[in-house]
Amino acid sequence: MDSPFGLLAELTYRCPLACPYCSNPLNMADYTDELTTDEWRRVLAEAGELGVLQCHLSGGEPLLRRDLVDIVATAHNRGMYTNLVTSALGLTRPRAERLRAAGLDHVQISIQADEPSVSDRIAGTPSFHRKIEAMGMVKELGWPLTMNVVLHRRNIDHVADILDLAEAMGADRVELANTQYYGWAWRNRDALLPSRAQLDAAETVVRAARDRLRDRMDVIYVIPDYYSRYPKPCMGGWAARQLTVTPNGDVLPCPAAQSLPLPRASVREHSLEWIWARSPVLTAFRGTDWMPDPCRSCDRREVDFGGCRCQAFQLTGDAARTDPVCHLSPDHDLVARAVEAANENSRAHDPPLIPRPHRARIRTPAAPPPRI
Amino acid sequence: MDSTTVSGVDKPRLARHVRLTFNRARQQHVLLHPETVVVLNGSGADILGLCDGRRTVAEIVAELGTRYGEVHDDEVRRFLTRLVARRCVELGDG
Repeated sequence: MDSPFGLLAELTYRCPLACPYCSNPLNMADYTDELTTDEWRRVLAEAGELGVLQCHLSGGEPLLRRDLVDIVATAHNRGMYTNLVTSALGLTRPRAERLRAAGLDHVQISIQADEPSVSDRIAGTPSFHRKIEAMGMVKELGWPLTMNVVLHRRNIDHVADILDLAEAMGADRVELANTQYYGWAWRNRDALLPSRAQLDAAETVVRAARDRLRDRMDVIYVIPDYYSRYPKPCMGGWAARQLTVTPNGDVLPCPAAQSLPLPRASVREHSLEWIWARSPVLTAFRGTDWMPDPCRSCDRREVDFGGCRCQAFQLTGDAARTDPVCHLSPDHDLVARAVEAANENSRAHDPPLIPRPHRARIRTPAAPPPRI
Repeated sequence: MDSTTVSGVDKPRLARHVRLTFNRARQQHVLLHPETVVVLNGSGADILGLCDGRRTVAEIVAELGTRYGEVHDDEVRRFLTRLVARRCVELGDG
């Protein structure tokens, strides 16, 4: 067991956006008891001791934490490369300057499409112009800028214009990540999954852009695993290189793993070192011993590590099965059927997208209806 | 789609968004990049420590030679070529 390289610090699940592809958990109400500033300081100190070198500050919207500057400074002082993953809503100039002074290394700003009407519709709130302004400010302050775009059925046909926008903004990197179906995205899967024709067209555009922009911009393209022959090497193996701390202090190998029926491990009860080495949630699928066939006897078991445990659980109800994305999986028809449905020519209209709520809804009879 | 090959007159420097640091927990030098960590052996860290955008590769090889005796020019260039391909190192004008 190596020590972890990266910590994904999910500071809050509150968010000004309501993107239907969000991977945050559906049960957001279970995460409202957020870690305090002091608790995050301790987690970051322990992470540094453990060997963590990168700290990704994410959420939800991390800028909603009033102590973000303090958290960044702590991670920076522990020698970590700090990376803010943000919608940019709330990134005012004074706040940005304070984050810069605190040692923030890198800013990743999400955008939902290349133009305001589509972007704002997907985000569920007027945000496009503020994002563009914030990207300009990030460059002005001398940060490297990554533009993050989650691709799906409703925006993947815009990929050429999205790449033009990234270039115009002077982004150093652009991440075009096909939707991964967890959390709200899982709930909206059938409305989000693109067709093969859409994907083929997008991949042609991406390849050409990579060639053309090679000297100026990193173009990262995350393939949609539903369409691949083999599963993704999820997280580089279960609890092999990364760990996630959720807003309430639960530690997970990845954010989606909260959905698995494994006992919780919390920084409020144990040290990060103990959790990384000993907790059931981080050791359950570490290595290859847990694997059933066809993974156990497969040459690729150290290449893709059996794929994604959360996807296996979601699709089959058993987290220890081969990821059904793999064409060798006995459950592959579960994925094949979803892909088939996404490619039906007769598909008259797409199912509606359910926006994720901005914050946890309190489910009591007396509560007013949620506002979206 | 071959990437740039580093030559003796190139002046390498770390890319702007990359940081070279020593990790106490691992007792190793590492290159930090937005999404990746490159763990370096001792000679890799020495080479990168000299990549200041002013020295040429030939000068870096010569400097390493004075420290360690024999240094293979082609190994240094291969190492830097790999990091240029990963956008961790940039080449200044010769």
